Amino acid sequence: MPGEPQPQMDSNEADLIRRVCKGAPEAFEELVRPYERVVYMTAISVLKNPADAEEVAQEAVLKAFSNLPNFRGECKFSTWLVQITYNEARMKLRKDRRHLYDSVDDPQQGEEGDYSPRDFADWRLIPSELLESDEIRQALQNAINSLSSMYREIVNLRDIQDLSIKETATVLGIPEASVKTRLHRARLLLRDALAPGLDGCWRAKQEYRKVRPW
Amino acid sequence: MAVIEISCAEIWREISNYLQGEISVELRDRMQAHFEVCKHCSAVLDGTRNVVELVGDGRVFPMPEGFSRRLYRKIRRR
Repeated sequence: MPGEPQPQMDSNEADLIRRVCKGAPEAFEELVRPYERVVYMTAISVLKNPADAEEVAQEAVLKAFSNLPNFRGECKFSTWLVQITYNEARMKLRKDRRHLYDSVDDPQQGEEGDYSPRDFADWRLIPSELLESDEIRQALQNAINSLSSMYREIVNLRDIQDLSIKETATVLGIPEASVKTRLHRARLLLRDALAPGLDGCWRAKQEYRKVRPW
Repeated sequence: MAVIEISCAEIWREISNYLQGEISVELRDRMQAHFEVCKHCSAVLDGTRNVVELVGDGRVFPMPEGFSRRLYRKIRRR
């Protein structure tokens, strides 16, 4: 823990970190509580499995607790915590050898080159209404899970957890320009995956009707 | 002043930046003019905007019940 408050650090968090480091472990709960969701979501975006994600989230938080005295405040505490979680999740993925089928580093779905939409389904519903439906939530989860990991992780950090481009780049250890490129591609891939089902007219508790004119 | 036309392929490259407001005013104007006349690109724009709004909604991925309780129990045991 740095002696001087760092510019990146929230003063309340800096105080909590000092308390934990001085032997008040109960302050750690207060420190971590706002970030439970981002930790869990980061783990599940890598692992795609709720049980594994919870296990990794717990391990990551415990690791953050042990390593807190080494936290130098060079980034926000939340970024540091998410980075630990992301690394733990990737380690688990490697250990389980599932990466053979879904490689973290495999640029499948082509990051480079121009993108062309798969179709032009016209999807103009008001999004918030859609989430009343279990089917829609499931369709979204499936669409996100169908992305290759490098896109899934970007969508999670930027669009689900609302981290900044800089924070996302720090967590993933990639340049900010790559964050932008991958995020862009990921959003278009998700649109491709979702629009053909959602263009017509999913409504809560109603059946899907296809209304595309072509 | 006349707006210089832009191709659909260029539009698709910039849609995400357009949604984030991370493009020049000049490009934004060209894209807006294109969306007004191209129903395909405006469909892609609407769909992409919907994606960003939908995935950002906390209801899509609920937390497992009891997650916090189990987490803090594990920390306290340590």
